[in-house]
Amino acid sequence: MSKFKKNKNSKLAPISTASLPDIVFMLLFFFMVTTVMRETEMLVENILPQATEVQKLERKSLVSYIYIGSPKGKNRKMKYGKDAKIQLNDSYSRVEDIQAFIIAERETRAEEEVPLLTTSIKADVDVKMGIVSDVKQELRKSQAYKINYSTRKENK
Amino acid sequence: MARTNRSTPEINAGSMADIAFLLLIFFLVTTTMDVDTGIARKLPVLDEEQEIEDMQGNDRNIYEVYVNNKDALLVEEEEIEIEKLRQGAKEFLNNNGRNPKLSDTPDKAIISLQNSRGTSYEMYIAVQNELTAAYNELRNEAAMIKYNLNYTELPKDKKKIIRKMYPMKISEAEPFKQ
Repeated sequence: MSKFKKNKNSKLAPISTASLPDIVFMLLFFFMVTTVMRETEMLVENILPQATEVQKLERKSLVSYIYIGSPKGKNRKMKYGKDAKIQLNDSYSRVEDIQAFIIAERETRAEEEVPLLTTSIKADVDVKMGIVSDVKQELRKSQAYKINYSTRKENK
Repeated sequence: MARTNRSTPEINAGSMADIAFLLLIFFLVTTTMDVDTGIARKLPVLDEEQEIEDMQGNDRNIYEVYVNNKDALLVEEEEIEIEKLRQGAKEFLNNNGRNPKLSDTPDKAIISLQNSRGTSYEMYIAVQNELTAAYNELRNEAAMIKYNLNYTELPKDKKKIIRKMYPMKISEAEPFKQ
């Protein structure tokens, strides 16, 4: 038992944990500031294709997203079928709705930012080009020429 | 005298760290740090199609790429593998009039891409990726020769010069209905 007594006698001070909350709070604030919560619920399956020659999509506030894919989950597949669908914001949409969607997106931005708006097409790997072409055609009609095919970066 | 002895009790801050940790873990889990990446393209203006048709007369400056509904690749009426597309496109673009079948100059060269409605998106992106890679490699080589730097490392004005040497002209025709 003398072993334990020795410890008590040593004058090693305990490490102060008083600054631990401060450190943790600092980390907390960092993550709070950088967190972007996903605002739209995914209704379509969305596995992006891979590519090597990708560019970063900058200024996220100037990007509008169009999701294309087959309905996600078994229930939705039963209800809506397996064919690829377009998702704008929080609901399934038809191709014709894209023009209205682009106009609505433009209205939420300042006028000088409108030419900088980019449309990101997030299409699933299993989607056929037919629907993507239709979307592109609609975007041309609504004069949203800047597009970005969203991909995952593939490591060479 | 009993009054002076009483001091305000100190609030125990020991659990503060626990609370902060809990919040921290929540934000750690919900954070998505991923940056959106993708292949950027510019769609043509609706009535611009006429212009491309006019240039059809000069056959050597057009590199036809066609992807059918079975994801097979047909380049200049010859079936090839996707791995060979990059090299083929580079040879076509950087021909500078040597081979009479390929382009006169890189800035006159046009890549015409056509797909069918049944082409898979994956294949389409793969083709777009290879064509972009061909341009990027050529630009990189030109930048290396001219400025001894990679294209991506160049300042904006020099990038513009290189871009002018190899302008990306990919024209997409309406897809076949199948």
